[in-house]
Amino acid sequence: MSELSVNHLLGIKYLKEKDIQLIFETADHFKEVINRSIKKVPSLRDITIANVFFENSTRTKLSFELAEKRLSADVINFSAGQSSVKKGETLVDTVNNILSMKVDMVVMRHPNPGAGIFLSKHVKAAIVNAGDGAHEHPTQALLDSYSIREKLGDVAGKNVVIVGDILHSRVALSNIFALKLQGANVKVCGPKTLIPKYIESLGVEVETDLRKALNWCDVANMLRIQNERLDISYFPTTREYTQQFGVNKKLLESLDKEIVIMHPGPINRGVEITSDVADSKQSIILNQVENGVAIRMAVIYLLASKIK
Amino acid sequence: MSQKVLLSSKEINIILHRLACQLLENHLDFKNTVLIGLQPRGIYLAQRLNDILKSEYGVKHIDLGFLDITFYRDDFRRGDKTLEANKTNINFLVEDKNVVLVDDVLYTGRSIRSALTAIQSFGRPLDIELLTLIDRRFSRHLPIQPNYRGRQVDAINNEKVKVMWKENDGEDTVYLIKTTA
Repeated sequence: MSELSVNHLLGIKYLKEKDIQLIFETADHFKEVINRSIKKVPSLRDITIANVFFENSTRTKLSFELAEKRLSADVINFSAGQSSVKKGETLVDTVNNILSMKVDMVVMRHPNPGAGIFLSKHVKAAIVNAGDGAHEHPTQALLDSYSIREKLGDVAGKNVVIVGDILHSRVALSNIFALKLQGANVKVCGPKTLIPKYIESLGVEVETDLRKALNWCDVANMLRIQNERLDISYFPTTREYTQQFGVNKKLLESLDKEIVIMHPGPINRGVEITSDVADSKQSIILNQVENGVAIRMAVIYLLASKIK
Repeated sequence: MSQKVLLSSKEINIILHRLACQLLENHLDFKNTVLIGLQPRGIYLAQRLNDILKSEYGVKHIDLGFLDITFYRDDFRRGDKTLEANKTNINFLVEDKNVVLVDDVLYTGRSIRSALTAIQSFGRPLDIELLTLIDRRFSRHLPIQPNYRGRQVDAINNEKVKVMWKENDGEDTVYLIKTTA
């Protein structure tokens, strides 16, 4: 096994377990590269990548761009806010216009679920999904699993709880697929209004008591409350959410064991987790960010090597 | 497919000692010299030379590193397979050092070209030398020659030289393998 079974990274759902292992092994090498004094390799010097973002992003976009540049790819950036999308151009037209400038790969974030899949069927380029609506965010899930593997040695057999807004979260869905594929046990925890009705069909358990969930888990992945996606009231007040589903130092220290705290960022400090938890030694939030670059380098490298 | 033995275990041992002595002649105490074994198969040779220099010639300390050149190769996307990387392990800088690149077989010279680029990520060396166990003559694609060679071999293109190491393959032998086209 030395190549990916897919030509695009559209979601974790389309990957096999060995794809994930290959991505992790490749990321190990890139992690060593980005810790050198010269952090760049020339592999992708004949590849051009377009970062097409139809939705706001800071860290994902930065992380992708850095990964591309560390691999020596040529990079163009496109944000929907300043483009002809506002003038009514369709997605396929927009992307085909970009591709006619000889672009080999498109990294896309889009508010509509399935946008990446749609695009992969209509344009001739490798597509990397950088988040499509509430559907998937595969590179985030890969870097989350990679960070667990780095911290705990393995993902298989570990107990992971995903806390927060599961309903609107592409991070949650991709994480569930990735963790299950690698043999981890997964629970979700949050207000019932923010947990999808048939979530158990994905092989995860629902726990509404945060303390119980934390006592069960090895890793807690605290999701951000995405106020911009909450079109109606799913819980009475942010304060009440924090009281029931927020993690603070006191709660963390009262648990039976030391658990690992993760967060995909950006953190609402004092809502999902308090500052002293986010900055504690149990938190691997900044490791996640560093690993994000290595994981994205691995994904881009492996996909680019399949472009003929 | 047929194969013949180019070098036996005993011959390899003699050559390793000669190469170690040649290195000593130029680098003496290895204070300003580093050995860099190229992944995947140059690392065994580098490790052996390191061991011989230390145990039999009293060299106290040698900086030994392993360099993977996968991401520096010039054939990315040109073959059918994804190029798979190996571990790089160089925990020192090569700035102003004498670098000796160590590989088992020198063939087209393209790996060495990649290594010359790759090593720059770890600093600007004072100079770079090349040591190979087997030098396949008349097969170079680039103007690259070894400073230290174990054995020169004339092999034609459908022949393959395979170096086996005890620690990895169970025996110390160099084979010339003929693939029937």
